[in-house]
Amino acid sequence: MTPGDVLEPQTYAVTRADLVRYAGASGDFNPIHWSDRTATSVGLPGVIAHGMFTMAIASRAVATWTDGAPVVELGGKFTNMVVVPDSDEGTSVTVGGTVKSVEDGLVTLALEVTCDGQKVLGNPRVVVRA
Amino acid sequence: MDSSIVGRQFAPVGPYLVSTEKVREFATAIGWEHDGVPPTFPIVLAGASMNAFLDELDLDLSRIIHGDQRFAYERPVAAGDELVSTLTVASLRQIGGNDIIGTSTTFTDASGALVCTATATLVHRGAEA
Repeated sequence: MTPGDVLEPQTYAVTRADLVRYAGASGDFNPIHWSDRTATSVGLPGVIAHGMFTMAIASRAVATWTDGAPVVELGGKFTNMVVVPDSDEGTSVTVGGTVKSVEDGLVTLALEVTCDGQKVLGNPRVVVRA
Repeated sequence: MDSSIVGRQFAPVGPYLVSTEKVREFATAIGWEHDGVPPTFPIVLAGASMNAFLDELDLDLSRIIHGDQRFAYERPVAAGDELVSTLTVASLRQIGGNDIIGTSTTFTDASGALVCTATATLVHRGAEA
């Protein structure tokens, strides 16, 4: 990888079933991630994905690009919600990436994580050892 | 919320044994197709710390929004690790009826060595928000 490289965008479907599975695996049973009734009662448009599910999807794209290179840093701000309709297709999240720097065996990537054309992770930055 | 909680360190949670089965369950849930422990896996432990923190402050989980999250690794987590997580309240701000809570959670292994530090911002939405 060299600075400026644009990595192939990865798109992942996100359904209600994925959120239920993630709730169980992560232990985050906040009802805003599975109950429309609760989500709307606290002013949300509907059930939203766990921010950490979105970040996990971003890490999955990074692993695809780097063949599972160890992550040294990973983070981002949850700027927009990923609303997941109760339909067979749900929604989808797309992860794009650009190589920012390669130094001392550390590769820094800037990501662009979007849903319906809106950025859902702000300033997502990843450093991997590669 | 009372600003006296800033700087408060909550009781360590764990040790948590990172089992092959739990890693596999988490990996399956996120569609992870590689070897090793997915980098966001420590959130499984951070959740236990966070739930203890929310209970103690009597915060309503459905009013909590995750604002941001960062992980910094000293080394990758591996199956077989026994990790202890310790949450500290780093900051508190009130904006528009919402509490913005900054937390820092360390994960240490059985030898006491730091494996990972996770920092998070939680937004507790006020009733009118």
